[in-house]
Amino acid sequence: MTYITKPKLRHPGIPVNKLGFTHRDYEGTVSTLCAGCGHDSISFAIIQACFELNIEPHRVAKLSGIGCSSKTPDYMLGQSHGFNSVHGRMPSVLTGANLANKDLLYMGISGDGDSASIGLGQFVHCVRRGVNMVYITENNGVYGLTKGQFSATADKGSKSKAGGSNMDSPLDLVSMALLIGATFVGRSFSGDKAQLVPLIMAAMSHKGPAFIDVVSPCVAFNNHAGSTKAYDFVREHNEAVNRLDFMVDREPITVDYAPGTSEEVELHDGSKLRLAKLHADYDPHDRIKAMTYLQSHAAAGELVTGLIYMDPAASDMHANLNTVDKPLNRMMEAELCPGSAGLKSFNDAHR
Amino acid sequence: MNPAHGMKPTDIQNPDYFHKVVDCQWACPAHTPVPEYIRMIAAGRYSDAYMVNWHSNVFPGVLGRTCDRPCEPACRRGRVEELLAAPQPVAICRLKRVAADNKDDVHARMPRPAAQKNGKRVALIGAGPASLTVARDLLPLGYTVVLYDSDASAGGMMRTQIPKFRLPESVLDEEVNYILDLQPELRLGQKVDSLKAVLAEGYDAVFVGCGAPRGRELEIPGRKEAAANIHIGIDWLSSVSFGHTTRIGKRVIVLGGGNTAMDCCRTSRRLGGDEVNVVVRSGFEEMKASPWEKEDAMQEGIPIHNFLVPKQFLHDKGKLTGVLFEKVKAEMVNGRRNLVPSGEPDVTMPCDDVLVAVGQENAFPWIERDIGLEFDKWDMPKVGTTTMQSTNPRVFFGGDAAFGPKNIIWAVAHGHDAAISIDLHCQGKSVNDRPPPMVNLMSQKMGIHEWSYDNDISNDLRYKVPHAPIEKTLKDVKLEVELGFDVKQAFLEAQRCLNCDVQTVFDTPKCIECDACVDICPMDCITFTANDEEDVLRTHLTAPALHATQDIYVSAALKTRRIMAKDEDLCLHCGLCAERCPTGAWDMQKFLLEAPKTGYACHK
Repeated sequence: MTYITKPKLRHPGIPVNKLGFTHRDYEGTVSTLCAGCGHDSISFAIIQACFELNIEPHRVAKLSGIGCSSKTPDYMLGQSHGFNSVHGRMPSVLTGANLANKDLLYMGISGDGDSASIGLGQFVHCVRRGVNMVYITENNGVYGLTKGQFSATADKGSKSKAGGSNMDSPLDLVSMALLIGATFVGRSFSGDKAQLVPLIMAAMSHKGPAFIDVVSPCVAFNNHAGSTKAYDFVREHNEAVNRLDFMVDREPITVDYAPGTSEEVELHDGSKLRLAKLHADYDPHDRIKAMTYLQSHAAAGELVTGLIYMDPAASDMHANLNTVDKPLNRMMEAELCPGSAGLKSFNDAHR
Repeated sequence: MNPAHGMKPTDIQNPDYFHKVVDCQWACPAHTPVPEYIRMIAAGRYSDAYMVNWHSNVFPGVLGRTCDRPCEPACRRGRVEELLAAPQPVAICRLKRVAADNKDDVHARMPRPAAQKNGKRVALIGAGPASLTVARDLLPLGYTVVLYDSDASAGGMMRTQIPKFRLPESVLDEEVNYILDLQPELRLGQKVDSLKAVLAEGYDAVFVGCGAPRGRELEIPGRKEAAANIHIGIDWLSSVSFGHTTRIGKRVIVLGGGNTAMDCCRTSRRLGGDEVNVVVRSGFEEMKASPWEKEDAMQEGIPIHNFLVPKQFLHDKGKLTGVLFEKVKAEMVNGRRNLVPSGEPDVTMPCDDVLVAVGQENAFPWIERDIGLEFDKWDMPKVGTTTMQSTNPRVFFGGDAAFGPKNIIWAVAHGHDAAISIDLHCQGKSVNDRPPPMVNLMSQKMGIHEWSYDNDISNDLRYKVPHAPIEKTLKDVKLEVELGFDVKQAFLEAQRCLNCDVQTVFDTPKCIECDACVDICPMDCITFTANDEEDVLRTHLTAPALHATQDIYVSAALKTRRIMAKDEDLCLHCGLCAERCPTGAWDMQKFLLEAPKTGYACHK
């Protein structure tokens, strides 16, 4: 870890967003994770996404459980709301917070241990309830805090740092998310911010359960030959199905794509996403085909990344529950409590 | 993008590359290793800091009070604080003084006179900073050095032109004496009036370091008639310095906008000038005086009037009564800034005395023109810019005598270069065969996240040097105005230094492209990108490249075929890139460069 705080001085030429903030204003404290941890790159991708989207930091709630990944909310968005919950229990805390105040942008930060092992049930039910959130797993395939045992997402046959092979079948969180009703699903790599940042921006603008699985190499325990979550391995086996350009009041920065290979998608908040197809046969709007595509490529040893699936017409838990527009936490007793007369007439109606 | 057309990996073996990153050292004519001695000051190692300075610039105590400070405008601190209203460089010059003020007795660390003479004799004409530097560099090697000066004591313009309230005599004496202790032969109080005669004495080499001794005249009507109260600035300062002049009229006008003018006006204030005015042809910004000298003058209640050209000295039967000025304005003519009459009525300023400080000139009436020493069309000797050699191979020049009026630190730099040439010449070697600098690059890693320098960046703004109370200083022409930083202030100011000599060194094969350095860098200096030509590459860095003169450090191609590009411009040298690097691809390494000089033997 680093002992000094990041100097306050900053480059005088860096961009300022509509709120007058630079990306530096979205930072948190200095990371205590191992130097070179993929998780830190993801934190900075989130910082960059919030900066680009002109998000007021006080409108974000970042929630996490336990683990290396779950420490990261401290290292970003220092001026946002935060909740570090019990191991694997972040999804229910997030659901509760969302029920109470639907006006915040909810960001669940988790890892493969927190979401695929101890918190698997929580993860599944939070997604299937359609909670409006961005759920990010920082997936490194090992338990870093306990010195590198295989996690539930480690691929079968991959080698540990000590030399042993993993004999258990892996859990693919992306496939699960598709299966249980996530309306925005993506996968990316911590070492590719050009792909990751627009993906997070799109997920934050999506209304509904958005899930992004980010492969994030553990430099201390899972960045060796034989690991399927090492920097080199992921770079060699990365199959990006599309490239995203997120347009907020500005022209996209990337180069023009060949005609017919890109499409524009409008998101809930009116912002636009330009999707460049790198694989002509891939359609991110067809959930069933997406699942098949993932399985067949996984069988071929490829890691499919990019925007896997998106339902532009998605709805969320509050729509399903038909809640009132006003966030519940802003209602006073008079609005929330019907009073004894009201209760009596309600009970009478059921007799 | 075609990688074949991109930038070549930076050659960090070339000493110039990292030297340029140390902006202060690169800008210093004598290439003093500034961050090295500033760290020593912070650590309370004043004697060590003094010796680092002494080796490079010979007069740390003098320069710590009087230097023109080319290092400070170059200082990176003045760029990284750009968001503040008044970004300020580190007070490098005044920290140098702290080393001189607080050091222990350093006599034991000084070189001794050579035990054995080498039989070569060198004459130095003028005993100012250039000649004294040559003497210091040559004496420990065994040369016999003969020092000529028309004044009775050595020191040159440092003694005669710099007022004692800026440079106490004791400070100058101490540093001149370190050189006189090496036992040059002194011929002080002897004016040299023939170079031919000096050469005839059979010297192996002659060094001319006589300065630019003539103050420029101002030939306007009334000059002759009112001559009794019109004085040439540098001559008058010299007369004050020797105690010949002790008073001046109540109302004084100083003509000129350079540092000599500032010394003249401030000296006048102390010798009875109650109403002292500085009048300058140019605008305030264009004045040649250093900003801090203008500031000091104004603080002593001396107004500076700009855009006024002297037209006539007014007098009443030979008694000066005032000066008539024409008002001018600046106008761009064919892309050049010209001063043209503004059309406003002329201005009369009454006065009792005028000091003319409108520039200095070289004068070589004592150099014969038939000794193989060529002069150019401006009547200046033709001198090699690094060899300091004239067209007469035995004669070398340095200081103001070489290329016209500059300053002490340039004189010292010339002295080092001339000494190298004289040494080579006396050994029968080519003076173009320059020795390389001594360079050392060493990792500062002490532990996993510990460095042997303090990498935590101070947010303090520049500290001001305290002054003696003005009621006292204006009454005593010898009382030093600046008190110097105390030890605590010096520490805090030293902590503002960014340690630019501790370089970020990148080892390409070790990099796994995890982005940790890009993310942590507080100044967004680092980019991993496709290679391209430099001007294109500069446009797609993480943060815009603001200064084209600052280099981009480029790696060889990485595994993804991208390159690492680091804009050196605003790097804080905080070492966070190296702390967050999992593989040690980044390392912080101290680059210590000692500019070449003769007499490495004198280093202790």
